[in-house]
Amino acid sequence: MTIQFNDETFRDDYSFSNSQRAKDRFPFPFHEDSYMYSINMEQHQGGPADSIYEKRFDVDEHYIAEMRDRALVLADDPLRCQSLPHMTLAGWDLLELIMISKSEDYPELFELHRDGSKWHWINKPMGIEDHFVFMDETTLPYGPMEYITRQTQGDFCVLDQREDNLWMDAGMVTTQADWSLDFDIGMNFFEWHAPVPLAHEKGIFKRALKFLLSIQQGAPARRLNWTMTVNPLLDTSPENYHKWGVQKNSLTPENLGSKQHLRVELQTFFRLPRSNGLVFPIRCYLMSFQDIMSKPKWGRRLHRVVRDLPEELATYKGFIDKRPMMLDFLAQYDDGLPTSFGVWPDDHSEPSLQK
Amino acid sequence: MTAPAPNSTAPKSIGAEKIKVIVSAIVPLNNLVTRFEFKRIDGYQFPTFSGGAHTVVEMQDGDLKRSNPYSLMSDPAETETYAISVRRDDQGRGGSLFLHQKVQVGATMTLSSPVNLFSLDLRARKHLFVAGGIGITPFMAQIKQLDAVHGNWELHYSCRSPELGSYVDELCAKHAHSVNIYYDDKKQSIDLENLLDGQPIGTHLYVCGPKGMIDWVRRSAASAGWPDAHVHHEEFLAPQPGKPFAVRLAKSGLSVEVGEHESLLEAIERLGVEPPYLCRGGACGQCETDVLESEGIFIHRDHWLEDDEKSSGIKIMPCVSRFDGKILVLDR
Ligand code: HEM
Repeated sequence: MTIQFNDETFRDDYSFSNSQRAKDRFPFPFHEDSYMYSINMEQHQGGPADSIYEKRFDVDEHYIAEMRDRALVLADDPLRCQSLPHMTLAGWDLLELIMISKSEDYPELFELHRDGSKWHWINKPMGIEDHFVFMDETTLPYGPMEYITRQTQGDFCVLDQREDNLWMDAGMVTTQADWSLDFDIGMNFFEWHAPVPLAHEKGIFKRALKFLLSIQQGAPARRLNWTMTVNPLLDTSPENYHKWGVQKNSLTPENLGSKQHLRVELQTFFRLPRSNGLVFPIRCYLMSFQDIMSKPKWGRRLHRVVRDLPEELATYKGFIDKRPMMLDFLAQYDDGLPTSFGVWPDDHSEPSLQK
Repeated sequence: MTAPAPNSTAPKSIGAEKIKVIVSAIVPLNNLVTRFEFKRIDGYQFPTFSGGAHTVVEMQDGDLKRSNPYSLMSDPAETETYAISVRRDDQGRGGSLFLHQKVQVGATMTLSSPVNLFSLDLRARKHLFVAGGIGITPFMAQIKQLDAVHGNWELHYSCRSPELGSYVDELCAKHAHSVNIYYDDKKQSIDLENLLDGQPIGTHLYVCGPKGMIDWVRRSAASAGWPDAHVHHEEFLAPQPGKPFAVRLAKSGLSVEVGEHESLLEAIERLGVEPPYLCRGGACGQCETDVLESEGIFIHRDHWLEDDEKSSGIKIMPCVSRFDGKILVLDR
């Protein structure tokens, strides 16, 4: 299928919007009417046709705009992209993984031609064409990780694996849900997860790490995570909290449906062959409450999840103060009918709102 | 696949696809060690890997299916051919004998995707390798990987005799200044104390060889004040033969007799039950299994379980450990 790339912004006038296709394939993260942290991981080996799970690296209508936003963030703050010296090999691993995946999965958009170590990369949507020597940094305009992640949607944590732990030793992080690469760089799995409530006590991180350490080449995994964002902002970083934190106060009962967004991250995990590192791409999908309400099942369920979410989670995710206003809005879309199991909207089988 | 994973199912290890190969060359190196080279059957290229990685080789030996881990020793960047070097173990259960005696050029076999439990620490200013005997194999790949980026390394390699010095000639010819060889039969031995003393800050030490050597090197490094995180070792245990014993699998409702030359893991797999694994050598921890009931003595041989777990009799690593007694019931 051909993708029409949106001309839109994630800042200032917020002209971001989702087409019908984007709404239909939005990764609604709740498979039942309540939510708690869990080790929700599964293989990342494709998925239903046209779903965000189908390709290794999903490219959608927001591609060009997201890359433009990333360039703006980097221009303001180069520390959003960092790679400790021993991580260059992992950077090449990542470049190889993405170039091969994208050129195989989207041959009409991306081409990779390899002649030994002489590589030729064509990115048609962004109008980029480069000849370079694989593993020779001097032949690219940026380091390998920065080069390829300026052309790929989502944030990237590149982890070194040693001492039975993972270390955040490189990354490109411009679209994060309120955490900072510059703060976390060099930390290990338990250190950077320290702020998360409840999950440590439940032993989730210990088991999750064990799982990640054994991820094999050619057998990537994935999970979903979610939070809330006011206005379709990609860059909700601590560095810029002074800019976006105050926007939460612009919510009113009238504008909440269009301003309040559910922010879902598709997180994937790939073993990197040459470095034995791990890459953790975090791909962000935004959808306004009002768009979510166009799916009756999602409307019913979102109300119940937000209503019953433990206070610790609502606090950590930063919407405890606005929860009452959110619930006033969402309650209008919950008629108390049961919902079908699973994340899919089931548009054809779920009843429309009975109110 | 229909939907993202439902809540709170404990993760299973996710297996990568297996690779079907044909044996493309068999090169005897000396009386004990032979190199086996593989090409893919499907015409694709092999995945690149990182030095220190191993592959699990599946062997159909009559009715028995064996799966043994071997370090990949070819150039990690080389995607046409994979190579392993195998030392014949006349006392073992027969995996290496099968390769040495029954496998011929042109045979088809199955390999796992590469897995690395013995990675280079890429932060190291210098990599100091200590090898004993067949323990040279992971270093062969690591040396090639480092050479491609002009890495700083030094090898100390101890062999029984010049006749049994696998790859000594090749290593010395290419890297005269970085390679040091010691022959047991000439009473040469590594002067470990001085070697460890003279290393620049930021050096990482790697040892692979017989158990005695690994223990010696790790102990010496610890008493010389080396941080644990700078000392790496790899020791895969081959499962040992032993007295047959019976086991019941509670979840699957099946029972099986573990044969003398079979591991507990292999017996479980024979029933069609497939515990996850990466190494099959007591190191990776994947096949850890809960013991529900037992009456007898555990023969724990793995490096994974803590001592208290071993003595409590509530866990077993079926890849290398055995049991001697009347009743054994596992949570599989
Ligand atoms: C190596 C891969 C991973 C990286 C780099 C990573 C990174 C992070 C970071 C930076 C945060 C934000 C922490 C903060 O508040 O400062 C976070 C949150 C979290 N992570 Fe991970 N993580 C990884 C894997 C996982 C896995 C496998 C799980 C599985 C359970 C997990 C569960 C969570 C949870 C539950 C949160 C809180 C999220 C929320 O409520 O919004 N993470 N992670």
